[in-house]
Amino acid sequence: MPIRDNFFVIWLRFTHRIDGPLMAIVLLLLAVGAVVLFSAVAPDTGRFIQQMKSIGLALIVMWIVANIPPHRLAQIALPLYLVGVLLLIAVALFGVTVNNSQRWLALGGFRFQPSELLKLAVPLMLAWYFQKVEARINFGNFLIAMLLIALPAWLIKRQPDLGTALLVAASGFYVLYLARLSWKPIFLMVATAVPLIWLFAHDYQKQRVLAFLDPGADPLRSGYHTLQASIAIGSGGLTGKGWMQGTQAHLEFLPERHTDFIFAVYSEEFGLVGNIVLLILYLALLLRAMVIASNAPSLFGRLLAGAITLMLFTYIVVNMGMVSGILPVVGVPLPFISYGGTAMLSLFICVGILMSIQTHRKLVST
Amino acid sequence: MGRHGFRRWLSRYRHYGRQEIRNPERELFLFRKRLWLTGLAMLLLFGVLLGRFFYLQVVAHQQYQTQAENNRIAIVPVGPSRGTISDRNGVVLAQSFSAYTLELTPSRVGDLEATLAQLGELIEITPRDLRRFRRAMDESRNFNSLPLRTKMSDEEVARFATYKYRFPGVDIRARLYRQYPVGEAAAHVLGYIGRINERDVEQLTQSGGLLNYKGTDHIGKTGIELSYEETLHGIVGFDEVEVDALGRAVRSLTRVPPIPGDHLQLTIDLRLQQLAEQALGESKGAVVAIDPNNGEILAMASMPGYDPNLFVEGIDVANWERLNTSPDKPLLNRPLRGAYPPGSTVKPLLALAALTSGKRTAEQSFSDPGYFDLPTGGGKAHRFRDQKPDGHGRVDMHKSIVVSCDTYYYVLASETDIDDTARFMSQFGLGQKTGIDLEGEAVGVLASRAWKRERFSGSRYREEHRRWYLGDSISAGIGQGYNNATPLQLAHATAMLANNGVSYRPHLVKRIIDGTTGQVKEIPPEETRRLELKPAHLAAIKKAMVDVNREGTAGRIFKDAPYTSAGKTGTAQVFSLRGERYVEEQLKRHLRDHAWFIAYAPAENPKIALAVIVENGGFGARAAAPIARVLFDYYLAGKRPATAAKPDDNDNDWDE
Repeated sequence: MPIRDNFFVIWLRFTHRIDGPLMAIVLLLLAVGAVVLFSAVAPDTGRFIQQMKSIGLALIVMWIVANIPPHRLAQIALPLYLVGVLLLIAVALFGVTVNNSQRWLALGGFRFQPSELLKLAVPLMLAWYFQKVEARINFGNFLIAMLLIALPAWLIKRQPDLGTALLVAASGFYVLYLARLSWKPIFLMVATAVPLIWLFAHDYQKQRVLAFLDPGADPLRSGYHTLQASIAIGSGGLTGKGWMQGTQAHLEFLPERHTDFIFAVYSEEFGLVGNIVLLILYLALLLRAMVIASNAPSLFGRLLAGAITLMLFTYIVVNMGMVSGILPVVGVPLPFISYGGTAMLSLFICVGILMSIQTHRKLVST
Repeated sequence: MGRHGFRRWLSRYRHYGRQEIRNPERELFLFRKRLWLTGLAMLLLFGVLLGRFFYLQVVAHQQYQTQAENNRIAIVPVGPSRGTISDRNGVVLAQSFSAYTLELTPSRVGDLEATLAQLGELIEITPRDLRRFRRAMDESRNFNSLPLRTKMSDEEVARFATYKYRFPGVDIRARLYRQYPVGEAAAHVLGYIGRINERDVEQLTQSGGLLNYKGTDHIGKTGIELSYEETLHGIVGFDEVEVDALGRAVRSLTRVPPIPGDHLQLTIDLRLQQLAEQALGESKGAVVAIDPNNGEILAMASMPGYDPNLFVEGIDVANWERLNTSPDKPLLNRPLRGAYPPGSTVKPLLALAALTSGKRTAEQSFSDPGYFDLPTGGGKAHRFRDQKPDGHGRVDMHKSIVVSCDTYYYVLASETDIDDTARFMSQFGLGQKTGIDLEGEAVGVLASRAWKRERFSGSRYREEHRRWYLGDSISAGIGQGYNNATPLQLAHATAMLANNGVSYRPHLVKRIIDGTTGQVKEIPPEETRRLELKPAHLAAIKKAMVDVNREGTAGRIFKDAPYTSAGKTGTAQVFSLRGERYVEEQLKRHLRDHAWFIAYAPAENPKIALAVIVENGGFGARAAAPIARVLFDYYLAGKRPATAAKPDDNDNDWDE
């Protein structure tokens, strides 16, 4: 059957850069996300459709990225990083101020937040840098790497956007860790970071931390999100209230229920069983990503894939931890589930990179 | 550490780095070690998350379940519909209806002034609405929902609904309103309802009735609305509703409907009432008409009146000032609370007392010189004058009532012990409450030795103030002096006389109609007293009263009446002339005497008894008696006056 063969060949051509297991896991997560989001935005189906469109676009971008071989990615690391830093400087000089924060650049009608770009540009840059200096890795390199992290992190911090600055710093730090910075400076960095963060934190951020320590003390202000989310999760019980049946979500007790707090909606409607299913899916995702990192032939691939894995893990744990009340409230979306086009796009670029690293492996090694 | 130490520390990393280059296999191994170490951390943290989920969803599930339910469900009280009040013929005097209100919860509104201004652009809000709203805000806590605009039209409701999203904390609600369709008519009888204030809340808390008022905004403040509050109010219902985070009801879960209040049918005949009010006209005064056979109050007019509708949603300052500070006291319920010297209207009762005690026979007569001299010792005397300077000539008991001879009663009083008189008069309900079903009834004064001693018991008074003098008795003998009676008391006493000494408790409510089932509960007449009076004595007094209306002081007023009536005029002194002759024209209006008239008809089978007072009206026959004629004509003969019979002002030859 030539037609069938043809079709098969085309299909293979089309999908040979797609990592099957990773794709399957991501699709399952997207399915879960679609189901929850539908409930979380109900009866407003407009947002649901918007999200589906974003996912469609993100999948295309993922396919494109997956088809770019890792060495090409390495080539754009430095320019991307430089553009990112320049944009941050531009933000500082001509940025748009919203809610007392200067985070946005107005580019011909639409606003653009360069700090998002740095979340990927920093690990990419560091992975490329360590790959470049592979032959003579030393303390000086680490020092330069630290500067490469500190510059954008500091620019973002002064916008001010401490949360994103920390995530950007963390993405760089993961590369340092994976590049085997020895334990002592690692501990030293963590030990100095905590009081430093507290020092940089705004009052409202400190308030969040304090609210996290005792959410009941101030139920209508800082602790409100956490308390209502805990009620949502807790009242979900073992098997949940059922899809579309969450009273906390549908009666609008849950703030930000389709974005950062969507996990509470999921948890209320699907219970502990649903949570375990979701944890297993995420664990599978991380496991696959680690396998990819672990099998990557180049240091660049290894470091980049590893950093992406750890970033994904960070998002998952921080989001679930904050929604379930064991971490303070920071604006981190739940990967593949939360509403938001930009977040979805950067996630799929990461997935695309992972796939690229995985599927270009044999070509490089042979 | 020093410079040396830093170098050594630095060199370790150089060494560390170099070592790695030589062994790519080992490098990969070490990378994987670090990577899988994070895997371990992942498992650990996922375990922590799982533990947290287990705690929330299994261990503490019950607690959160309850909290979610508490979040979700709110109990909303639903106020019952207040009962209707109608007159004895079913004409509606007070009713409740439901209308849309624009309400504001100050605590949920950000910038109150801006919101008020924006709302004003959308919906007409008058300065009066604003004043009322601000006052309500002062009186209540700000998390209460307060009415801003009442009785919105459908169009206004629709217009607001379109822009509702712009106004958090502003809602439209259906509320119950009270309306008094006849306006000022019978205003004092009906009273009014007003917004529940702090004092009401305190009282309700004490009586344990607060729960029943959870869904109610108004409470009876005066009149029937106050006295029958419990009957009219009904029982609160509850809606169990699912609410969202903003407290908006999303849907109703269960409903315990409120039980509406009962309807009242009054004994008042609105047409008679309005006739009485028209007859009083511009004068201040009161009319009470009672059915002597059962104590039903047919009319209870108090003028000037007021519009009770002004009070329902909180009266505005201008109107309140006008009503509260007016020297005419429009808010005073004169029949119930206005105490006036009864004047000559007590003469029939005093005569009856003399007959009963045997002090006088009907036939005993004396020659009236026009005055009575009370010896004051040392050959001096205090002279009490009759209205007629030359006296009435030969006067017996019958004539003493018909022409209202004062001298007859001066002499009688001088021979009678005041305590005996007071005891007899008290049997007719003077000096005590009649027991009418309205709150705030005045007692009046029935003077006696004990009363005077009690009245002047304070340290400001000396023994000579407390002692009873014969002169006190003489004043009391013509209904002056200390004695005070309300129009209601006199009407009640007249009814009792008309009914041969049998009294019924005066009452305003004829029927209570169940608000749900429509079941009618008649209020039975309640006999309160039955006096042992000799029929011959009663007949003598009654005949004299009939002759008052036939040929006596009120004879001209009742000329050609198609029924026989009995009456007695009276004049209550406002201003003591100290023995001078009373010349009306020389006195300012507010110092003129009050005009009284008591009457009943038909004389042979009384169906209506009444008391009329016209403040500063002068002689009773001229100002008060025509009002009685108008009411009798209507009530007994169905005749309506072409124009309210206004007495001729030049006609001055009336005497008492």
